[in-house]
Amino acid sequence: MSETFRAAFVIARRDFIAIVYSKAFIFFLLGPLFPVLAGFAAGNLGEQMARDVSRPFVAVALTQADSEKLLAARASLSKTFGDGYFADMKIVGDGAAEQIRPQEYLNKKADNFSVVVTGTLAKPIITGTASSIEGQRADIELLAGYASSGGRVQLPKATPDVVAESANNDKQLRTITGQIGQALIFFLTLLLAGMVLSNLVEEKSNKIIEILAASIPMESVFLGKLVAMLAMALVGITMWSIIGLIGFMAIDPDLPSIPTPAVGWPTFAALCFTYFIMAYMMFGALFLGIGAMASTVREVQTVSTPLTMAQMVIFFFAAFALTKTGEPIEIFAAVFPFSSPFAMIGRAALEPALWHHGVAIIGQLLFALLLLRLGVYLFKKNVLKSGNAGREEDGGKRKFWGLMKISR
Amino acid sequence: MYAIEAKGLVKQFDGFRAVDGVDLKIPEGSIFGILGPNGAGKTTMLRTLLGIIDPDAGTRTLLGADRPISQSRNVGYLPEERGLYQSMRAVDTIAFMGALRGLSLREGARKGRALLEEAGLGYAADRQIRQLSKGMAQTVQLMGTIVHDPRLIVLDEPFSGLDALNQAKLEKMIRAQAAKGVTVIFSTHVIAHAERLCERIAIIAKGKISFDGLVSEARDRLRPQVHLETETLDGPWRSALPAQAKAEGHHWHFTLPETGVEPLLTALVKGKAGIRSLSIERPGLHDAFVAIAGEDVAAEMDGAAMGDAK
Repeated sequence: MSETFRAAFVIARRDFIAIVYSKAFIFFLLGPLFPVLAGFAAGNLGEQMARDVSRPFVAVALTQADSEKLLAARASLSKTFGDGYFADMKIVGDGAAEQIRPQEYLNKKADNFSVVVTGTLAKPIITGTASSIEGQRADIELLAGYASSGGRVQLPKATPDVVAESANNDKQLRTITGQIGQALIFFLTLLLAGMVLSNLVEEKSNKIIEILAASIPMESVFLGKLVAMLAMALVGITMWSIIGLIGFMAIDPDLPSIPTPAVGWPTFAALCFTYFIMAYMMFGALFLGIGAMASTVREVQTVSTPLTMAQMVIFFFAAFALTKTGEPIEIFAAVFPFSSPFAMIGRAALEPALWHHGVAIIGQLLFALLLLRLGVYLFKKNVLKSGNAGREEDGGKRKFWGLMKISR
Repeated sequence: MYAIEAKGLVKQFDGFRAVDGVDLKIPEGSIFGILGPNGAGKTTMLRTLLGIIDPDAGTRTLLGADRPISQSRNVGYLPEERGLYQSMRAVDTIAFMGALRGLSLREGARKGRALLEEAGLGYAADRQIRQLSKGMAQTVQLMGTIVHDPRLIVLDEPFSGLDALNQAKLEKMIRAQAAKGVTVIFSTHVIAHAERLCERIAIIAKGKISFDGLVSEARDRLRPQVHLETETLDGPWRSALPAQAKAEGHHWHFTLPETGVEPLLTALVKGKAGIRSLSIERPGLHDAFVAIAGEDVAAEMDGAAMGDAK
């Protein structure tokens, strides 16, 4: 056993150095930056579009005095409700001095009015489409009432008494923490498992695989490759975490508050890390085994999409099960090896018990080792064949994952 | 003590028997050649013997161990399909291959540099493999095969792809290792290499071993050939020649009779044949190969060897 680990270390060290010293590693490190930048750009663009296109604008055409009172009421109540709470308002005419035709204001595309308020403060008339009226009615009534009373309506100032948690919505809030943990594990596993898929193609295309297979147990080759990718991932995670933390501190020193998980933050973080490793080991062992059967990058690409989809299905299944704590579907998600890390991190957010994490981690580890052995078995059985031996009758064809004959 | 012992070894792929009931004993300390045409099962047999793939039936021991991988530190293996990490430096490649076999990286690098110096490639030690010529890269791989001082070296078609100069260097290296008591096994489809280097050979065709023994034993399967030139064309001496002797004027070619040289000579002298010249040639390994494996297999071998030479 010690020889297996020693040899695995030799492979892991070679792979780790080869990856970290390659130019491609820079792109790996920059990888998460692209979705962040894309999200940032899309968010800004969306916000701008929302501001420009769907921002409601209210045309006010009461008497001049009433209109001014209404706008004053808006300014006064915005201090309580917030700046963006009420729609912007614009006085467009004097209801007492002229004949107001609301439809004309609504037809003007340049002004972009959603409703027009006419009548009096005591009996305002709102003109607009049904949905626009529905959206503005309560606000206009409130503002008109406040303006009519001359601002005498006193809103009592409540004293805030902030608590960290509330028993009423503990589960709901902690579910969010669980979902964040699940998403984090899923994202990292998705990122790495796909890379593992093509990990043995280099050795096969370089014909080094035979030297490795003759020198050390194939289990060591597989294990070493998994560990190397994991080490590379940890370098990336460390760097991303530091940069992310610095970024958050620079933008907003008050980090967003996330509900405390049931097991507490330190244990939750440790479990997150452990379940990430378990998920990676299981998916990695499976993907490495499948990838090892492939002879070319093209074959790897062929299987990568369905495998990614399968990963996503498992993640969504675990995310769904999170909302069904204690029900058979959640128990199944916790027991089924591939969904277990996701389901169990959800449990860590919701339930304080720790023993079932120990059982789950041992189970996941054993399953990962089983997959590793299975991958090695299939590799030895199907891959290392000599030259054209036995293929002459098939016109030099070989079997694609042992299933169908394809041309070489 | 045998370096390798196999009994009833079978390996099949998709119903095709690449290795078909091989029995083999390779004594320690010998240079052993495995001869056979392409597709004969040489590589599959070596892979099975080394534990790279498991046999479907039969048993094998490598340096006395049932699990060949447990003897990894004592074995050096050069596969037929050469391959190295292209971005690795030559010295690191040798050290890495040594590390796979239990050597520390530091020791591997030290010995790697020494081996490269010895081979006249010291200047290339820090170059990446992709910067080396094909021959140099093959030499680096060979260094990686022996860097950990193995007891057994297995070389699969080691001469293929090498020019005459590098073939000679490889032969020298094989002899040097054998002189140190290392068992060297190599497969080849070029009979001349086996004839020059090996004490023992195995002939394999269609997955079966048709001969396993000393090169001299293989040659002794054929009687020596006699080439005779006489003054006279006929006389009483003619009765001493076998019935199937071929005549070309005054020249006669025939297989040495079972009775040996002396009775033949006596009959020729007493019968006044007038011997101008007489030579008795021991058959070469090629002739023995033809006799053992058959002409069609020998023709395949010759064809493959010609292809290599081109």
